[in-house]
Amino acid sequence: MYLEDALKSLFVPAYYIFLKDSRSELRTRYALNALFMFVVTALSIILFSLGSEAVSSDVLSGILWVVIFFSSMSGLSRTFVSEEERGTVATLQLLTRPTPVYVGKLIFNFFLTLSLNVVISLLYLVLINNFVIQSPAIFWTTIILGSAAIASASTIIAAIIAKANTKGTLYPVLSFPIMLPLLMTVMNATRLATEGAFFAEALGEFQILISYTVVITTASVVLFEYVWKD
Amino acid sequence: MSKYLIGKAILALWLTLIIIAGFAMPMVPSPQQWFELPVIPALEEKARIIFFHVPMAWTTVVAFFASMIYGMLYLKTKNMDYDLRSVSAAGLGTMFCILATITGSIWAKFNWGSFWNWDPRETSIFVLLLIYGAYFALRSALDVEEKRATLSAVYSIIAGVTAPFFIFVMPRIMTGLHPGAKGDDGGSTPVAQLHMPANMRVVFFASLIGFTLLYFWMFSLKVRSARLEFKSQNL
Repeated sequence: MYLEDALKSLFVPAYYIFLKDSRSELRTRYALNALFMFVVTALSIILFSLGSEAVSSDVLSGILWVVIFFSSMSGLSRTFVSEEERGTVATLQLLTRPTPVYVGKLIFNFFLTLSLNVVISLLYLVLINNFVIQSPAIFWTTIILGSAAIASASTIIAAIIAKANTKGTLYPVLSFPIMLPLLMTVMNATRLATEGAFFAEALGEFQILISYTVVITTASVVLFEYVWKD
Repeated sequence: MSKYLIGKAILALWLTLIIIAGFAMPMVPSPQQWFELPVIPALEEKARIIFFHVPMAWTTVVAFFASMIYGMLYLKTKNMDYDLRSVSAAGLGTMFCILATITGSIWAKFNWGSFWNWDPRETSIFVLLLIYGAYFALRSALDVEEKRATLSAVYSIIAGVTAPFFIFVMPRIMTGLHPGAKGDDGGSTPVAQLHMPANMRVVFFASLIGFTLLYFWMFSLKVRSARLEFKSQNL
């Protein structure tokens, strides 16, 4: 009974925060349009620079995550920065406790990252001929788990930089050292997917991604209160 | 005050002896005397870096954790003094981190053939350098003292909890050059395994203790000057 109430008081407001963010995003399409154009721009630069060169799939799986990293860095800070810009932080602080705000934003960022990464991967697979995925199961699991890990790390950093003066430049600077173990892992898993490894061979990578997500999310839930309250 | 002077004198003497021992203990093929070090094949005189470079890297890690722990204490108590300590520790950590990177890099040029090889421990010290850089970039982008203290503490804790992942992730991806690398018993982790003769070990651990004490001395100087600066700004 008690647990049920506790979960309700966490996830019901979190769900409404998520709903509010998704609605405002779908109405304005600010982040979505900009992000889509960002991805198209980044991919065409890569296509121009590659030309007709036959690049190894090792390099290509690295480049894929470079595109994903920088697209996330340009889009995921919106959730908190827009609250600061619109001056709606005080309203949210009045309406609910910090943890549901964090959880709601985390869920929103997860779905944003996931859809972004799926679009990037599909475009990448279509546009770049040398990039052939031999084990789709590993590749798509990596995309899903990688999205969760990116969302968990970038949400707390977004909450931090929303309070700072130089938001845009600071975001990748603060995120990169935190995300490096995650980026190394997903690049390695993508390389395994291009080599046609068995699913079991990539299990170690998936374990790292899951534990990374759990550790960062737990630390964020504990620390978010300090970031959120003025 | 006099107690402080005696402590400083002992520390100066201690580090002087380590510098003398580190540079002057002769390396001979088959050591007989207590002061003679064995010649390590392929390293020879270059092996002496271990007395200075490793303690620097060690001090960097100590400073990083000190900064993180003071950050936690700041969040718990909201006492500005902990933030002063946290930022002082981070400043010293940055200095030792740069020193360890430069000494290691010069040494790598002569022993491994290039200044930088992206071996696991080089990568982890590079990430530490990035974290320190990000930490100070974040601090300079925040004007209000309380906000700056809180957010930088949160950031250092988030950076701290990702540290264990490097220990697990990097050996899977890259081969190492440092001792304790792939093929050695320990596997290629950022944590070292030591195999050295007894007298070398004594100098090494004495140097480790000396550098740690040097860190604490510099830390107390830095905290006191930071407190004065803080006071003069809030007059």
